[in-house]
Amino acid sequence: MLLGLASVTAAAQTVRTGLSPDISDTGTSLYPKPIPNNSILDFGVPALSRVGGTGLSSNTLNGAAPYGSPIEDTRIYFHGVLNQFEGRVGNGSYLRWDSEVWAGDDYNRIWLKSEGRYNSDNKGKVSDGDQEALYDRPISRYFDVQAGIRYDLDSGPGRTWAALGIEGLALDFWKVQATVYASDNGHYALRTNANYDLYVTQKLVLQPQIETNWYSKQDRGRGVGAGLSDIDMGLRLRYEFTRKFAPYVGVAYQRFFGGTEGLTHEQGGRVNDLRFVFGIRLWY
Amino acid sequence: MSKSGDILTIDRRRFVQGLAGLGASAAVGLRSAPALAVTGPAEPSSLRGNRFKLSLDRITVNKTGLPSWANAINGSVPGPILHWKEGDVVTLDVTNNLPVTTGVHWHGIILPNPMDGVPGLEFPGIQPGETFTYRFPVIQSGTYWYHSHMGYQEQKGAYGVLIIEPAGEPMIRADRDYPIVLSDWMDGDPLVVANNVKQNPDYYNYRRRTLGTFISDAKQSGLSATINERLSWGEMRMDPSGLAEPTGALYTYLINGAPPAANWTALFKLGERVRLRFINASAITYYDIRIPGLTMEVVHVHGNDVRPVQVDELRIGVAETYDVIVEPKENRAYTIFAQDYERSGYARGTLAPRAGMVAAIPDMDPRPMRSMADMGMHMMPKEVGASKPDGTRIGGIMGMMAKTVPTAERVGEQPMHPNTPDNPAISVEVQSNAKMVSDRLGLPGDGLNLLNRRVLTLAELRSIHPGVDPRPPGREILLHLTGNMNRFIWGFDGKKYSEVGPIDVKLGERFRLRFINDTMMSHPIHLHGMWMELENGGGEHRPYLHTINVKPAEDVSLLVTPLATGQWPLHCHVLYHFEAGMFRTLRVLPA
Ligand SMILES: [Cu+2]
Repeated sequence: MLLGLASVTAAAQTVRTGLSPDISDTGTSLYPKPIPNNSILDFGVPALSRVGGTGLSSNTLNGAAPYGSPIEDTRIYFHGVLNQFEGRVGNGSYLRWDSEVWAGDDYNRIWLKSEGRYNSDNKGKVSDGDQEALYDRPISRYFDVQAGIRYDLDSGPGRTWAALGIEGLALDFWKVQATVYASDNGHYALRTNANYDLYVTQKLVLQPQIETNWYSKQDRGRGVGAGLSDIDMGLRLRYEFTRKFAPYVGVAYQRFFGGTEGLTHEQGGRVNDLRFVFGIRLWY
Repeated sequence: MSKSGDILTIDRRRFVQGLAGLGASAAVGLRSAPALAVTGPAEPSSLRGNRFKLSLDRITVNKTGLPSWANAINGSVPGPILHWKEGDVVTLDVTNNLPVTTGVHWHGIILPNPMDGVPGLEFPGIQPGETFTYRFPVIQSGTYWYHSHMGYQEQKGAYGVLIIEPAGEPMIRADRDYPIVLSDWMDGDPLVVANNVKQNPDYYNYRRRTLGTFISDAKQSGLSATINERLSWGEMRMDPSGLAEPTGALYTYLINGAPPAANWTALFKLGERVRLRFINASAITYYDIRIPGLTMEVVHVHGNDVRPVQVDELRIGVAETYDVIVEPKENRAYTIFAQDYERSGYARGTLAPRAGMVAAIPDMDPRPMRSMADMGMHMMPKEVGASKPDGTRIGGIMGMMAKTVPTAERVGEQPMHPNTPDNPAISVEVQSNAKMVSDRLGLPGDGLNLLNRRVLTLAELRSIHPGVDPRPPGREILLHLTGNMNRFIWGFDGKKYSEVGPIDVKLGERFRLRFINDTMMSHPIHLHGMWMELENGGGEHRPYLHTINVKPAEDVSLLVTPLATGQWPLHCHVLYHFEAGMFRTLRVLPA
């Protein structure tokens, strides 16, 4: 029932006599006072004055959260995502990975990204090795900006790049990413990536994915020419046993272009490579 | 479980239904005086008087077939039923045996600010091993509840029923009296859940739209309409199937701590008036409650008596309480059925003349989907999506509704008006603005609009007594409910709690609190320490509420008179929303 009824005056008497110093120390208050039913609250009555005690009340009027915070909306989250961990079989099979780890709150995050391929048939050489450390900050409802460094670490000569990119959700939930890179010796590069999750059933997901790489200048040491160097695309069908554990099968197609195509030829690689893949997608 | 889709394997069924035999002992009502449902080892105890000893302990419970840790109060989940008496001064010694800080909040109770129990804001919290003594006068009566207001403790069982007997003669007469606490139990750690939804906001949505639903929609509505509709949601990066997160994919729904398989039972004798006090102590779940075969008379809402309303069904938002009277006319069992709003599971109990009886469990209703009207898009009424009982079209397809849902069937939608006042700018924390908002108090809510049942709406509630403060409001405080579902950030006016300070008001000031919901989720907004009087066309018989459910694209206003100084929380009661920032304080300064 609403705010007490007829007997409320009597109740209020009990209330006043029953108050101990620590509970009357509640700051200025209209409470406790009789609130008769069907009548106007008497706001003209001087409010109860404060008395000494625990000091709780004086603090509760000061500051947003005098004793800390009632919630943790700046909590730190951590996730590790292994997007691709797959064998690409065919003539000269290899293992490819593409992963990222992030930690941070809603606005400030550190990302570590790693991708590369391990060529079991080619003396265990690691190629396409690409590691990035980035600071990530949301800039709009769907996009984040990322800035940091990239280091090409594999069996080839290392290269260091400054990286600046955006990553986010484009129309219709396409996850897209575009990053420009500048190396210490005046080379520029661009990488784009896009993928989409098409739910065939609640657990079966078809994911088209496409990555492109572009370079401003030739770098013979790393086997890249100027212009569009390669496209790597895939179509993967995964089964989400849980959201965090999903094996998949699919096809991947890689194609080299321009100067890169020539260099790949020289080094005896294939410029046009369609493969069957099987792998696993994991996240924590 | 029916229509459960592909997530429900045998194991899953066991999980959702829980353990049979747990707390299955029937609650035995006493003969003459209104009896309260108690007894049985798994049932909460019932405590009376004006001095109470409560302790929070980490214990192991088994609600799902697997053991899991819980934050129990006095050794049970839910905690004991507390009975207070209006006019008493109550003293509660709360001992914290948890390994972390806690604070027990008395939900809906008018009291001095430091007694309200919100750690960090109103007091330092109760440290591990410490006992804190709450002491305050009780100036109200009715059905309430209490719960931990710290972290995610409430999700793991730290809640219980609070019943305050009126000082004078009770207005409501009943032969039997049963509190019915609904909750969403999860094994495991809620922090992991929070982490999961931060990474993937659809983590627990196993009813999302697929290639299959695209094909069936295209067959029904035509390919181009279906494509257009998908594109318009895709443009917003929103999924109309995501109504709640988490869902029954995670939860087992409990009645008084008992999973559906345990069949918690309340007894009656033919001809008796039975009072059922529904309390939603869930972390995030809304329920649609019905008792097939019985009409429910809603008599008491949020601790206040209301003019009786006869209904077949009612939706109870998180943290709300609704008391109903039922009068069984047949000597048989009746199922108390509380399906979640998502239709991903249900809580179930039985009302029966004898223990051990069961009645049929109804199928769950078709699952609602969000419509463009929920997004606050300007639409002709006939274009608004809604669910149909036959499940042929469950909302969502724009423009196609005209074929399946005649305008005449739609009830209560008020004219829309442009949402102009202070629209928060689109930002990292604001995914959308509802362009057209409306008074939707006359609608029972998504999924219930078109069922052939009488469903309670907020527009129907009338307080028994005229309001105690007849003054018109001196000013209006407008808050937009905002969020970004993809980032799982929630707030008011595009800001999280930690980014803005309190809203200042004066003691005794009369003001209007107005909410505009810019998100596609419903939010139960709770104000501590004072009442909110809902402006629902009832004149001075406005219902007094402690929590207001704000539907998507709704514009709702309430009148408030602060009764005590201090910083009072104003927050969405969906646990994962408020922990993510949908929290403000109303600082009541001395007049
Ligand atoms: Cu919310």
